Amino acid sequence: MAGPSTDGARAPGSTAESAPENAMVRNALRAGLLLVVITLVLVPFQSTYAVRVADSILIYVLLGIGLNIVVGYTGLLDLGFVAFYAVGAYTYALLASPQLGLHLPFLVILPIAVILGGLAGILLGFPVLRLRGDYLAIVTLGFGEIIRVLINNADTVTNGPRGVMRIDRIDVAGFTISRPIDFYWLLLVTVAIVAVIAFRLEKSILGKGWAAIREDQDAARGIGIDTTKAKLAAFAISAMIGSLAGVIFAAFQRFVSPESFSLQESILIVLIIVIGGVGNILGVFVGATVLLLLPEILRDYAELRMLLLGLLMAVLIVLRPQGLVPRSFGPDRLLAALRRR
Amino acid sequence: MTGIIIQQIFNALTIGAIYAMIALGYTMVYGVLRLINFVHGDLFMLGAYVALAGFVLLAPGGGLVWALAAALIAIAVFMVVGGVGVAIERTAYKPLRNSNRLAPMLSSLGLSLALQTAVQITMGPQPIAFQSLFPAIPLDFLGARITTVQIGIVVAALLLMVGLKLFIARSRLGVVVRAVSENRRTAQLLGVDVDKAISTIFFIGPGLGALGGVLFASYYGVMMPTMGIIIGLKAFTAAILGGIGSITGAVVGGFLLAFFEVFGTAMLPILTNGWLGTEYRDIFAFLMLILVLLFRPAGLFGEQTSEESMVMKRDF
Repeated sequence: MAGPSTDGARAPGSTAESAPENAMVRNALRAGLLLVVITLVLVPFQSTYAVRVADSILIYVLLGIGLNIVVGYTGLLDLGFVAFYAVGAYTYALLASPQLGLHLPFLVILPIAVILGGLAGILLGFPVLRLRGDYLAIVTLGFGEIIRVLINNADTVTNGPRGVMRIDRIDVAGFTISRPIDFYWLLLVTVAIVAVIAFRLEKSILGKGWAAIREDQDAARGIGIDTTKAKLAAFAISAMIGSLAGVIFAAFQRFVSPESFSLQESILIVLIIVIGGVGNILGVFVGATVLLLLPEILRDYAELRMLLLGLLMAVLIVLRPQGLVPRSFGPDRLLAALRRR
Repeated sequence: MTGIIIQQIFNALTIGAIYAMIALGYTMVYGVLRLINFVHGDLFMLGAYVALAGFVLLAPGGGLVWALAAALIAIAVFMVVGGVGVAIERTAYKPLRNSNRLAPMLSSLGLSLALQTAVQITMGPQPIAFQSLFPAIPLDFLGARITTVQIGIVVAALLLMVGLKLFIARSRLGVVVRAVSENRRTAQLLGVDVDKAISTIFFIGPGLGALGGVLFASYYGVMMPTMGIIIGLKAFTAAILGGIGSITGAVVGGFLLAFFEVFGTAMLPILTNGWLGTEYRDIFAFLMLILVLLFRPAGLFGEQTSEESMVMKRDF
């Protein structure tokens, strides 16, 4: 992790403490936060179905935070993020299931998966260092598809399209994590830790390098930022988070198949951060909640829901291209509102 | 052996012609708007379904009536899907023209999902048989087994592409389109109707892509709502390979990609001793895409643009 953040300096575009914060906004933010906390506490008392939905929202929050590092902080559009998710999921699935007859403990697999994810991130990051914009998007998309085709066809290892079944439960020091509610707590803690790390990274020297690359890559290089290293770091860290989410997903579903790692999934994660608000962790939470709750609310309309979701996506982008929560409404603004009286 | 090779050449020509037709739509849109129009692959799919509806509606008999009906249906497909393309541009892209680069791309992804589901709801997710646009008579050509369908596809595609080339090069509207794709701002300053040019592109591109879908369904005899995804990506690869923005490039890229894919897939089991089979076919296109973007991002016929002009707007 890069150096500590200094207080006054901010990423461009964030107006956190410079904006005169009036009491009403402050109170609204506090009330909003209180509401979120109450919701989070109330989730465990809901039906299993509701807890499962909350679990999947949290998994996507995790994925969103990971992808946000590349897309939001560094300004590189990655449409193949699902590849890293697949790396994590299949690492856990293969090392803890009857598929290969391996049953390694969760705490052993976790670092392996995260490291493998990071390596995959560097593997993708290295060749695309020179690309920007939609060319980068399309290459990463191709990378994601290649990984999926490989998983689909490497029958002997991955069991191909039939997927890996009967994946082990997470067993840590005598505690078995198997019910949705257990996963809820596990995910809540994981998301909290990862969100804090991501936020600290954004404010770190490395994060400022990312912001500089996002705003103007040539100028960033001009002032002495090692853009190669910074970009690779972004890809690696983001991939590690994606892989971590994959591990939890595999343990949660206890079944993985290539179908879970389609292009649509990558697009969904990009949409989560874009609809939430690019480059803003708070936006990721909002985006994941909106995009995952909507299909559940529309469940009654069965087939129509994907149609509505697609149309809604287009409408939301047309009406609010900057996302529901703008970049200036970042976590630092929330913290500032909490600190002041 | 020569028979097999000739047959593969014909297969590659057929698929290449279809890729080229779709790639044209990508390349024209990208040339003007710098936008990867993800809906294009689904408009290709829509074309096949509109044609099916036409055949069911007209239920033509054999012989001359059939040929007449097929021509009518082809025109209808072009018009309907072209109209859908223009409508999509007006509603989903035009409001975002001055926003960041990513926004229209994402709205196109949303529409792509919507269109796929809409077809899935009305026609069902399962593959549907499609009667070929051309009569299928097997021919023997130097030991290769080809069909009249393949010849029909290649000829039809070539005619359409020559037509497009003439339209762009000779007609008044073609001049407008070229001016706008050369430099939108300057064209606007000189009084060129930019909206008209963009509408033209969004009519012709999807129209051609839709006919590509009809040819595709004619060749394989089946279609399904999700077929636009992978074919769309391959056609986009073809457009990049030829040099995005270049019409000649899209055509050459389409054929080149098809040859690479057909022969690469045929060689794969031989080269790897059966370890990697033909199921890895789809990887070729992506591999090629990555290689081209890394080593010659401008493609074969593209102008070697500086990176600055590539990034006119911020991504986000």
